[in-house]
Amino acid sequence: MRIKAQVAMVMHLDKCIGCHTCSVTCKNTWTNRPGMEYVWYNNVETRPGPGYPKEWENTDRYKGGWTLRNGKLHLRAGGPVSKLANIFYNPNMATIDDFYEPWTYDFEHLHKAPKKENLPVARPKSMITGKFIDKPEWGSNWDDDLAGGSEIVPMDPNVQKLQEHIAMEYEKTFMMYLPRICEHCLNPSCVASCPSGALYKRDEDGIVLVDQEACRGWRFCMNGCPYHKVYYNWNTHKAEKCNFCYPRTEAGLPTVCSETCVGRIRYIGVVLYDADRVKEAASVEDPKDLYEAQLSVFLDPNDPEVIEKAREAGINESWIKSAQDSPIYKMAMKWKIALPLHPEYRTLPMVWYVPPLSPIMNHITNEQDLSMDGYIPAVDDMRIPMEYLASLLSADDTSVIRRVLLKMAAMRVHMRAKTVGGMDEMKTSKLLQEAGTTMEELEDMARLLGVAKYNERFVIPTGRREMDDNLHYRQGACSIEGLAPAEGMVTYPYERSDLG
Amino acid sequence: MGFFWWGVFPYIVGTILVVASVYRFVIRGTSWHAPSTEIFEKKWLRIGSLLFHWGILFAFIGHVMGVLIPIEFYESIGVTDHLYHIGAIAGGGIAGLMVVIGLIILLIRKFSNPRVKVHASFADYFTVIWLIVVAGLGTYMTLVYNTTVVAYEYRVTIGPWFRSLFTLQPEYELMTAVPLLFQLHVLSSFILFAAIPFTQLIHMFSFPGRYPARAPQQYRARDGYKNSRP
Repeated sequence: MRIKAQVAMVMHLDKCIGCHTCSVTCKNTWTNRPGMEYVWYNNVETRPGPGYPKEWENTDRYKGGWTLRNGKLHLRAGGPVSKLANIFYNPNMATIDDFYEPWTYDFEHLHKAPKKENLPVARPKSMITGKFIDKPEWGSNWDDDLAGGSEIVPMDPNVQKLQEHIAMEYEKTFMMYLPRICEHCLNPSCVASCPSGALYKRDEDGIVLVDQEACRGWRFCMNGCPYHKVYYNWNTHKAEKCNFCYPRTEAGLPTVCSETCVGRIRYIGVVLYDADRVKEAASVEDPKDLYEAQLSVFLDPNDPEVIEKAREAGINESWIKSAQDSPIYKMAMKWKIALPLHPEYRTLPMVWYVPPLSPIMNHITNEQDLSMDGYIPAVDDMRIPMEYLASLLSADDTSVIRRVLLKMAAMRVHMRAKTVGGMDEMKTSKLLQEAGTTMEELEDMARLLGVAKYNERFVIPTGRREMDDNLHYRQGACSIEGLAPAEGMVTYPYERSDLG
Repeated sequence: MGFFWWGVFPYIVGTILVVASVYRFVIRGTSWHAPSTEIFEKKWLRIGSLLFHWGILFAFIGHVMGVLIPIEFYESIGVTDHLYHIGAIAGGGIAGLMVVIGLIILLIRKFSNPRVKVHASFADYFTVIWLIVVAGLGTYMTLVYNTTVVAYEYRVTIGPWFRSLFTLQPEYELMTAVPLLFQLHVLSSFILFAAIPFTQLIHMFSFPGRYPARAPQQYRARDGYKNSRP
């Protein structure tokens, strides 16, 4: 057993209002500079839709993630030898048009335009060439709230898979929001795709970073990541990606996207996992088993044996405590209501999603007589097709989605019965049984999903600077570590004990 | 004059190459990269870049065979001069044409695609144009001069001279009788070598040869130096 700690996130999609505040605050913090204008470490997609970059889920085109051949994991785009053979030209890489050509507006003109018959206009100006763009044709959220409708929705690879016809009349269609950041996977294919070894997973918290001094700009990470969350900075010619706001998480603060989330949909916490079992979990034969396999690598932070082993592995008490209080552990591993995005990519992603409930398609007849059991078929009749959610979150296994939706519905029904009344006893209902839950669990869920305060949503231990640094040495020696004398820059001519 | 160009100049170039490369690696490490424009344009890059890069790899191997490996080696394994020249002209010619055609495609792409053009620096243009000069001279020598004038035996002049540079006893007098065309090819390529640390050519030193041997997943603890320090 090789225990490692991982900082992970859950997004509760039921609460996402699609306001893009996370994207904007992230943008202003990290990617608001030349070469990165087209980059959104955090973006919010309206689904169904092609997403950002266009059709990022099309693994036939971008060849992201892992694939299983003869029982062994291989990078879909090809292993190291084939990558070296393709180093002069990456056939699977997206171009700027798959993202979009970023632009600003000629605001100067509004100030300086001479007096004219017509109002002056701020024309769009490319932030790549500096030339005017007469007609912008795509943007990171061009299809926001299903804009473009029947022309754009069919570009969604998940829609193309669906058996049933999707109604595109606005009063019949469905939509949901999908905020995305880097998944900080347990089995990251971007890391394995990097010829220079510049991408790495931090040992202490699992955050995946790009070493800017080691990156040589070979660009295999760009499409090696099936989520397309590693970006090429065309100004510095290096890869950059979401860093889980590590300067904030090390200080015990949530990421900027989580901090500013208006719907409070995001939860951050620590989970413990066994690094030795990651490869095995990513290599199960049937993609539908990947979700359960992924769950099996996590360790119960309350198990005394696990705690003992974690201590041996150098994980300190505050991290173990955080893992025990982790909202992620509760939602993803204990209650199993948060699911990984596209487990079939075999990267074991660590940003989990609670699938959204949606309005019931048909009017429920005899609503006034509706018993609790009546909510069981209602789950199968929701606007967002279960197949669609399953395509996103459970490698097409609808039974997983159904169970989560039932649990979510049961939670609502139970809390309604408790606070408003007018419902029959939960105890006598088949709903509990069908959803595989208990009333206590539903109440715990309601607390965390509905009313949890800042400290419950974000359980983030501070970075362990005190554990792995010689702080006395660092004092004064920071940035000249290699040159400073071994005893540090701050020394006294007498022993500390002499001071009395 | 011959002494300067064939006995001193190569060492100036070598010094610039080593000192400036080390400077760039140590002081400006973040600028060490392969500055790709694939994100802006893929279609022509595919043709141009693949032709150029594979061509120049073949050409490099050809130069090792012609300049670094002594003529005595070929004699000892029974390769006649005639056979050698047929191979060198055919192989070198194809490689040279690949390089030149690839470079011309890349150059046209560089100034005709607005996105690529905006981000091309003087160093980028210099690199491509100067490579065309060097490779164009080389290809002309191989394909035209060798077949119409004389199949010049550089293995007894340029080869020994180049190898003598490494023993710090440059036999510069070997180069004085070499045809002007060959002299220009050598000198222009040395200018190119001197330019390497100041241009995108630096990425040739970063070929990630260790990649196939390393573990797919990389973990790093935050402080690399913690174990080496008290």
